[in-house]
Amino acid sequence: MPHDHHDHDHAHAVLPPDPALRVKAIETILTQKGLIDPAALDEIIDTYENRIGPKNGALVVARAWTDPAFRAALLEDATAVVAELGFYGRQGEHIVAVENTPEQHNMVVCTLCSCYPWPLLGIPPGWYKSDAYRARAVREPRKVLAEFGVTLPGDTRVRVWDSTAELRYLVIPMRPEGTDGLNEDDLIPWVTRDSMIGTGLPGRPE
Amino acid sequence: MTRVHDMGGRFGDGPVDPSPEPVFKEDWHARALAVTLAAGALGQWNLDTSRHARERLSPKDYARFSYYEKWISALADLLEENGVVTRDELMAGQGAGPSPLSGRKLRADAVAGALARGGPADRPVDSAPKFAPGDVVRTRRPARNAFVAGGHTRLPSYAAGAVGRILHHHGAHVLPDANAHGRGESPEHLYTVVFDAAELWGAPERAGDEVTCDLWQSYLEPA
Repeated sequence: MPHDHHDHDHAHAVLPPDPALRVKAIETILTQKGLIDPAALDEIIDTYENRIGPKNGALVVARAWTDPAFRAALLEDATAVVAELGFYGRQGEHIVAVENTPEQHNMVVCTLCSCYPWPLLGIPPGWYKSDAYRARAVREPRKVLAEFGVTLPGDTRVRVWDSTAELRYLVIPMRPEGTDGLNEDDLIPWVTRDSMIGTGLPGRPE
Repeated sequence: MTRVHDMGGRFGDGPVDPSPEPVFKEDWHARALAVTLAAGALGQWNLDTSRHARERLSPKDYARFSYYEKWISALADLLEENGVVTRDELMAGQGAGPSPLSGRKLRADAVAGALARGGPADRPVDSAPKFAPGDVVRTRRPARNAFVAGGHTRLPSYAAGAVGRILHHHGAHVLPDANAHGRGESPEHLYTVVFDAAELWGAPERAGDEVTCDLWQSYLEPA
């Protein structure tokens, strides 16, 4: 089994060192072998650049804020509930919704790689995949939150969810004060991506 | 013991930079993601093999490569190890003739369906779960793959040997420790286990804070 080859044994070491050229070389080889369709690559990129992103998650949160039956169903079986909205798919096969309360703030990380609920939030931001976030979110979440400009009340417990299996977590932030008169559509822009990871709080749209 | 990717709790990484950025910062980032997904659709390896391929980059490479450099470097390794491309092709940067796998190529009109289908990891099993919510458990120590030395596992080192409480049972899921190494899916009951921060770190940032991990039954024993 190919586990512990030395550096010079690795296939990747024979490719150009520049990463843009490296990926181009692989794309060229696979295209010439009839194994990838460049148009399919464009389609994948367009999907995650333009179609699947945090607006999906924001709809789920805004509905949870305004529809108590939806909220209850979401907390019970989020996968089924978001699938009905069309938000099932790759890296979102098993969704768990975790709700912030005055007693508990939830925050999501993947210390081992970069697991993230793609159908709800899209491709993770660079900081989510960074060594600093992966290393520190579990040990010093409050210091990390401060770097995002978030300070929690001292009596709020932080629970950090390390995504070590195929469960993908969506944080349901607390509905901001002063939004009582707003409906689902009004509330969607209040729901920021980071508030659904637990590193931010929802806020009035600019 | 595990590898350099297992960095939860590590000191010394400096601040997190939350500045906004586009979905793909560089064109080649988008290309790297798309090529990796399209190559995965050929069905020559699974998600766990693919994660392990990134983890077993040398520590030096893992640390110096950017995120998508890890992806494409691991992809090159997987393509060669699984006989999809040859070393000569990689060295030449050219494909030598059509592949017998070309019938499996992901076509543009099949992308939406493939992404929407995903790949659920839950599996039916006959056995009853050993643990129930509220049970107190201790995790395996050290964190390691019990089948393969240096193999893939999803128990982070920081949680190895720690006592926690079962929060949820999720039915049975494919066991990455087996599936990453061609040992079949070997589904096992999966649980969310919650740990007190003091149990993991000694001196926690604030008493009463918690960390959860999603852990397979064989990682756990009653405590």
